[in-house]
Amino acid sequence: MSETALKSSAATAPAMLSVENLHAWYAESKVLHGINFDVREGELLTLIGRNGAGKTTTLRAIMGILQKRTGSIRINGDELIGKRTFEIARKGIAYCPEERAIFSSLSVRENLLLPPVLKPGGLTEEEVFEIFPNLLRRASSQGTKLSGGEQQMLALARILRTGSRLLLLDEPSEGLAPVVVKEIGEMILKIKARGYTVLLVEQNLRFARKVADRHVVIENGAVADILTAEEVERAPERIQSYLGV
Amino acid sequence: MTVQLLAGQLLLGLINGSFYALLSMGLAIIFGLMNVVNFAHGAQYMIGAFTAWFLLTNFGVPYWAALVIAPLIVAALAMIMERLLLRPLSNLDHLYGLLATYAIALIVEGLVRQRYGATGIPYDSPIKGGIHLGFMFLPWYRLWVVVFSIVTCVGTWFLIEKTRLGAYLRAANEMPQIVESFGINVPKMITLTYGFGAGLAALSGVLAAPIYQVSPSMGSNVMIVVFAIVVIGGMGSISGAIITGYLLGIVEGLTKIVYPEGANMVVFVFMAAALMWRPDGMMKSN
Repeated sequence: MSETALKSSAATAPAMLSVENLHAWYAESKVLHGINFDVREGELLTLIGRNGAGKTTTLRAIMGILQKRTGSIRINGDELIGKRTFEIARKGIAYCPEERAIFSSLSVRENLLLPPVLKPGGLTEEEVFEIFPNLLRRASSQGTKLSGGEQQMLALARILRTGSRLLLLDEPSEGLAPVVVKEIGEMILKIKARGYTVLLVEQNLRFARKVADRHVVIENGAVADILTAEEVERAPERIQSYLGV
Repeated sequence: MTVQLLAGQLLLGLINGSFYALLSMGLAIIFGLMNVVNFAHGAQYMIGAFTAWFLLTNFGVPYWAALVIAPLIVAALAMIMERLLLRPLSNLDHLYGLLATYAIALIVEGLVRQRYGATGIPYDSPIKGGIHLGFMFLPWYRLWVVVFSIVTCVGTWFLIEKTRLGAYLRAANEMPQIVESFGINVPKMITLTYGFGAGLAALSGVLAAPIYQVSPSMGSNVMIVVFAIVVIGGMGSISGAIITGYLLGIVEGLTKIVYPEGANMVVFVFMAAALMWRPDGMMKSN
């Protein structure tokens, strides 16, 4: 399916994840102030905004890593507020954190095979290596001995095996060389082409514009704007104004 | 020094080393996977022995059944302790867990001493007889202890280092939230790990009952040596704890030949040396 066809089908798809009036706290400090957005099935939605705006916190609140939260987060109609992280994962949500979280005590292959298959339909080891051929060559290396780009690929690759259809990706382009960022972008598009729904946190607007169907702009822990990829292409200055670029 | 004396002490050292290895492995598992310095390990070892004795004298439960039942009982009690006492402390400094488990050890030892007295209670060996090796008489039971300890240590090492379950445990020690985000119930896994470690201590206690007698202080007597072994092997290193446990049991035995007065302190000399020259331990932590 072409990229345009993928985007138009995502635009009409039902919401897979609904976030309504989400408030969240780090201890006594309130960081999210009533976030609202939907992620449609098969869509790639970015949460974009300045450093400290609340993008990563939103992902952590969805995943239940940040437990102090109110409002509503539903996946395919099932409420996630009040659920523990492992219960949320079992609903079909996979999370790839900003710091990549590669386990130093495990090899590349062990890191890859660590997440259990939670739902049918996850990629096989062979399919993963097809998308990420670099990892096959480094399969027996210690996970943390990989380059930053390879670690990012490994972090992405391992969540594809679980069978989860919604992927939460936190700044996969962070700290990588432009050539590697391009490669990661291509891989994310390949993942999307396989029908995955992606919620992507990004600060890199150029990267986000290449892969996203829609952009949710987060400012001071709230949604400042929601823009389609077409709207951003027509008037990029609108999103740039939020990011101060 | 005669060959007979040397071989005899080597074998006795190996028997002591069997207990050191089992106990230090349990401690290393709990520290390595939970970051808890489990000072209650000695009390769990002692309770294992007492449970075997209690089951035998009150219900006629034989040694072989106690070898299974006592570790299960102690593991269940330890899991309750983990949920009620250790989990609320898990986000605080290691020192809190250490102090809490030390308090439990003192309370349990005190209660048992008050109820059963301080003197050792004999527990009949389930395997009678032995073999003359030429240099010493080796009771079959002691041979059983050595073999059982080696099999248990190797099996546990394999479980933790070579299986998927072990990979979850090691990964959860590094980044528990990430492992939980894979859909794994990490809090339950931690509870079971603590239960498993405590169960190993109780297993050692049942094994020890026919050799050392059952007494309230049997745990505190051996634990200081076992802590030293875990430090020498590398805090949290399971293979380090096992290998160092056997080696230092043998070193202790050999010291009894060349300098008997130093046998009780040789382990601590090694610990001091390890802290000075290899603070990460003989085998680095996993």
